[in-house]
Amino acid sequence: MSYHNPYTPPRKSATFDDYTLAEIRRAAATGIYDIRGAGTKRKVPHFDDLLFLGASISRYPLEGYREKCDTSVVLGARHAKKPIVLKTPITIAGMSFGALSGNAKEALGRGASIAGTSTTTGDGGMTDEERGHSQTLVYQYLPSRYGMNPKDLRRADAIEIVVGQGAKPGGGGMLLGQKISDRVANMRNLPKGIDQRSACRHPDWTGPDDLEIKIMELREITDWEKPIYVKVGGARPYYDTALAVKAGADVVVLDGMQGGTAATQDVFIENVGMPTLACIRPAVQALQDLGMHRKVQLIISGGIRSGADVAKALALGADAVAIGTAALVAIGDNDPHWEAEYQKLGTTAGAYDDWHEGKDPAGITTQDPELSKRLDPVAAGRRLANYLKVMTLEAQTIARACGKNHLHNLEPEDLVALTLEASAMAQVPLAGTSWIPGKGGF
Amino acid sequence: MDLSVKRESLEAMRVFDLAKMPLRDLNSALHAIAPGTNDTRFEVVNPRGSHAVAVGIDQPVTVEVRGSVGYYCAGMNDGGTVTVHGSAGPGVAENMMSGTVVIEGDASQYAGATGRGGLLVIKGNAASRCGISMKGIDIVVQGNIGHMSAFMGQSGHLVVLGNAGDALGDSLYEAKLFVRGEVKSLGADCIQKELRPEHIEKLADLLEKAGITDVRPQEFKRYGSARTLYNFNIDNADAY
Repeated sequence: MSYHNPYTPPRKSATFDDYTLAEIRRAAATGIYDIRGAGTKRKVPHFDDLLFLGASISRYPLEGYREKCDTSVVLGARHAKKPIVLKTPITIAGMSFGALSGNAKEALGRGASIAGTSTTTGDGGMTDEERGHSQTLVYQYLPSRYGMNPKDLRRADAIEIVVGQGAKPGGGGMLLGQKISDRVANMRNLPKGIDQRSACRHPDWTGPDDLEIKIMELREITDWEKPIYVKVGGARPYYDTALAVKAGADVVVLDGMQGGTAATQDVFIENVGMPTLACIRPAVQALQDLGMHRKVQLIISGGIRSGADVAKALALGADAVAIGTAALVAIGDNDPHWEAEYQKLGTTAGAYDDWHEGKDPAGITTQDPELSKRLDPVAAGRRLANYLKVMTLEAQTIARACGKNHLHNLEPEDLVALTLEASAMAQVPLAGTSWIPGKGGF
Repeated sequence: MDLSVKRESLEAMRVFDLAKMPLRDLNSALHAIAPGTNDTRFEVVNPRGSHAVAVGIDQPVTVEVRGSVGYYCAGMNDGGTVTVHGSAGPGVAENMMSGTVVIEGDASQYAGATGRGGLLVIKGNAASRCGISMKGIDIVVQGNIGHMSAFMGQSGHLVVLGNAGDALGDSLYEAKLFVRGEVKSLGADCIQKELRPEHIEKLADLLEKAGITDVRPQEFKRYGSARTLYNFNIDNADAY
């Protein structure tokens, strides 16, 4: 019997997979790192790894569609004379005019206003359209101070001091020249067509003691009327939350690594910062240790997609959430309707992330007037409002099933984890056990 | 004694003693001024290094501060004239929109940070990062300035009668810098440029506005952006 060497299929390396190999070749060919928008694309422990227990003999549920389950939230009552009251705890995260088209910003304002929630400016200042179409508008105070002025500070409903964001804790940004239209250039006091660096650090304060004075200055300028938020990226949530509270924040916004950005280096997005799930409990613990839980509100963002995610974030102790990427999808980002054009750009609907290039077929992440026209701000705003209402209803459905008459009454005890990682991060037991890794036992 | 004259002078200058009243009273009084009112003269005594003195002014008022102040004095000033008869802490006149701020003594870090307009005059020295991220403000420093001044300066003018520290104008955009003394070192993409007639004219104007009569514009050197870092190029990465 003759021996035949059996066929051995070619084996690709798990370490040097196809994507990695392509990235090496791309870097070698172009001499530049990959810049893109959105948040991390790698799989990380997330809200999908948690489940609600629901009611049983020891808990009784509330009647769906009949018994009241409140979704309102008050933000900023710690120091502000005029706290913000929202109908739903789902807010719209900061995204700039510049990164987004004017129509996209208008759509976000319209949708948020219909749903009874807030929207947020971004790095580039406040536009009249955005102010006009947003019932409740949070004005970001960023390191670049692009577009910052006291008039807009006074016509905002709240001020958000941005220290960092989840996609790039410790990083600034760059709006590349191709998106710098005349209007964007004028708002940012820079020549048209040059890359605009958004600083990573505030120009006139460093550290929590300075921040306390900065917050005091902003309160004095606005006569103590506006809630002041402090936004941090998910890096050291316990200490960042504690220091923000110490500095006088009314609200802490905590953004995990799934949170999107208009543009930064892929290496930064994928390798710096912590998953949203890992950030919530340390932040809540800091608030509890300081006796400030529910007095200083915690807004969680980064990968919130559904009412289930909202309910889980709130059950872990957040007061509200913010959505960015999901809101863009709701108004039309990455819609298969534009598949033919995504293909021309070398990508596909659902994967398009070259938001910095300004060629968005959906007319959202662009300053091109022709592309921008494709987005009808009224229709897109309606889609966002629908989505926000669905998410709110979903969260209510879960809360009622857990027997809660307010979303804020959801608690960690309502949750179990499907994986060891999620159990450890969320500090809820592994399903079917009473075990939380790191909490006693083995 | 003519009491009516005395009453008139009292009304003309409202005095806020920060040893006896909270800062809130001062700033809320400044914000409560209606456009066109005659009640525009304020005096602040015993500031004792208070932070956020006279911030958010949005009317053409005059504020005389008798003593030294802490952080962010005259922050976001829009049209006021604020004179500090002492020294100022970090971030004086930060994000000024318009108006004039004069510091009789020295100023700490980040003087005039991100300012968009108006004139900031510092009669003493200014510490590091003077004019950081300036966006249209004019700053005249009669003494020296510290390191990293005008970092990422976008527009406006920084005039220094003395010397400048390390890394002047690092990552500069279109702000124009004029230094009469020595520059210890220039930052990334900042170079010396020709002092042309239009710059001499602008310098003369700024010196006059700052009340400086014994210095000639021709004594200054001009520095500005080489504009080589305006659009990203991998081969420039070692410049940062």
